[in-house]
Amino acid sequence: MRFLFKTDYEDDIKLFPHSGYFVSYGLLLAVLLIAPYVLSSYLMSQLVFVCIYATVGVALLILTGFTGQASLGHAAFLAIGAYTAAYLQKYGVPFPVYFLAAGLLTGLIGALVGFPALRLQGIYLVIATISFAFIVEEILARWESVTNGNEGMRIKAVALFGVTVSRDSPTFYFLCLALLVLTIVGTLNLLRSPTGRAFVAIRDSETAARSMGVNVALYKVKSFAISAAITGFAGVLFAHKLSFISPEMFTLQLSIEFIIVILIGGTFSLHGAVLGAIFIVMIDPFLTYLKDDMPGIIAGIAAMFGAGTQGAANIQSKVAAFASLNGLKGAIYGIIIVLFVLFEPLGLYGRWLKIKLFFQLFPLYKRATFKRQKIYVKSERNR
Amino acid sequence: MLDFVQQLVSGVALGCVYGLIALGFVLVYKATEVVNFAQGDLMMLGGFFAFTFIGMLGLNYWVGFAGAVAAMALFGMLAERVVVRPILGYPQFSIIMATIGLGYFLRSVAGMIWGTDDFKIDTPFSQGVLRIGALVLAYDKLSVIAATVILCTLLWLFFNKTMLGTAMRASSENMLAAYYMGIPVKRVVSIVWAISAAVATCAGVLLAPITFIHSNVGLVLGLKAFPAAVLGGFGSIPGAVVGGVLIGVIESMAGFYLVEGWKDVAPYIVLLAVLLLKPEGLFGRHVRKKV
Repeated sequence: MRFLFKTDYEDDIKLFPHSGYFVSYGLLLAVLLIAPYVLSSYLMSQLVFVCIYATVGVALLILTGFTGQASLGHAAFLAIGAYTAAYLQKYGVPFPVYFLAAGLLTGLIGALVGFPALRLQGIYLVIATISFAFIVEEILARWESVTNGNEGMRIKAVALFGVTVSRDSPTFYFLCLALLVLTIVGTLNLLRSPTGRAFVAIRDSETAARSMGVNVALYKVKSFAISAAITGFAGVLFAHKLSFISPEMFTLQLSIEFIIVILIGGTFSLHGAVLGAIFIVMIDPFLTYLKDDMPGIIAGIAAMFGAGTQGAANIQSKVAAFASLNGLKGAIYGIIIVLFVLFEPLGLYGRWLKIKLFFQLFPLYKRATFKRQKIYVKSERNR
Repeated sequence: MLDFVQQLVSGVALGCVYGLIALGFVLVYKATEVVNFAQGDLMMLGGFFAFTFIGMLGLNYWVGFAGAVAAMALFGMLAERVVVRPILGYPQFSIIMATIGLGYFLRSVAGMIWGTDDFKIDTPFSQGVLRIGALVLAYDKLSVIAATVILCTLLWLFFNKTMLGTAMRASSENMLAAYYMGIPVKRVVSIVWAISAAVATCAGVLLAPITFIHSNVGLVLGLKAFPAAVLGGFGSIPGAVVGGVLIGVIESMAGFYLVEGWKDVAPYIVLLAVLLLKPEGLFGRHVRKKV
């Protein structure tokens, strides 16, 4: 076991506390860099979505995880980024310019949403962000001169310095990966700066933060703006990856998916956003795989336990019928959310930390280390 | 003028439905400070229960109605026991997510059991209209309005005049203090969920002749009930109904007098305006924050 001795503040805020980090993250980066030359094109496509979802997850973590302001409206920010890119591209604006413009515009709108959010807390904020997302969705569907309404907009491939980058090429994947890595590094830097400290202070106690001299209103708006801007950048790449966008892609469903990303990954660390994104993007192919192969496997097991050929075939067809029921996916989604909230509130990254600690402390690990404190709520109405 | 009155009445009827769903939100919120995002789905499930009893088993309307309400009350307690009780007392966000998950689950399972078609329940109010001069009022809409007024009155009396109602208010103000005072907080929460599921079922059954029942009806109407609850102040029973009626009227007027598209966003624009100008809602108390 390694003990880190921190002798001053500089030690405490290091991005790489010890040399082990260089090795493990270096290996990870190397794997990610050779991935496009090894993996199948389908998996590559999923990996691009993981990068985009993880970027949005990091953005949402800044707002929800570190500033404590819940948002169920991030699909709207993603939509604004995507539509800005599509609109500007139509008029021949080069990629770097409209990429930045989309992020800036989304950030600006995020700040504008942040102002009314200043007076709201908890459930009211959630409802307000849902309403904002609904209004944006409706505007996208109705403002036909700009957004082309419900027919949606097509987006041409990225043209970067005269080279056309197709949405399935490794270069596009590297673009998404670069955005993700830059976002993560930028966010880590932000979180160890005074701004990030102020965010965390606001999350832990608004009153305490205010009495320490933190300008709560300013930092909340900042948090909204930064989170929205990052989501806007992700939106540009999202639009390019899909090559076609329409209002019904950016519904409440998508916002909930983003929340699930950070909930399942873990809301207390940036690792959570990446793990959650992998989970959300990969669950679809995994369920499809189960649907195709599970009936055969179960029939095989039944045959092993002495069921006749007829019986096994019978079981196989029944399981297959159940697996192809409409809406089974939604039910599994729902169960996963509930189970994570009930049994794994720290998310996948929390589980990883627990497993790591178990082996580090080997015979001495105790469950209570990660036990949640029970808080008996007092009325929020009197807060 | 006649158009206006006609729109007003149908808006009020629609609004009463929102109000009934919002009542469910408010009940759970009043007693536990938790917002149940699956409220609309409980309503949908109640409607399906009633459809099963009345439409498929052929029971009498009132017997089927009562059976659905009783079954859903039990289901509400079960949902509370399984999903909410283990995390009672943890941050609100966790509970919101858990109820969103519950909603997902209920929607999908209902779709799997009853299919994705629209269902209709034959009620005693399905046919017939009341004519006052040139004004035509359908009985099914009037039944919704009447039921809302009755339920709202009963619940208001329950919360303000009975011992159990007072215990519920106490446990929402301060859970720990309520424990100390000998209030069985867990049982109280359980009962609140049963009541709110029962109210949701009433909404679902009354709604059945107007919008039909399908597995997504809960999501659509549940999201419209949020503005209603917020407008009414989220903690006030009459407020929920008044908020619902206002939202219903606004929606129906916007659909009639404004260009297409306003109908769907008007409730949310009103909601944002209310949150900006008067965050505590029309009937909420404004309380200063204490440290």
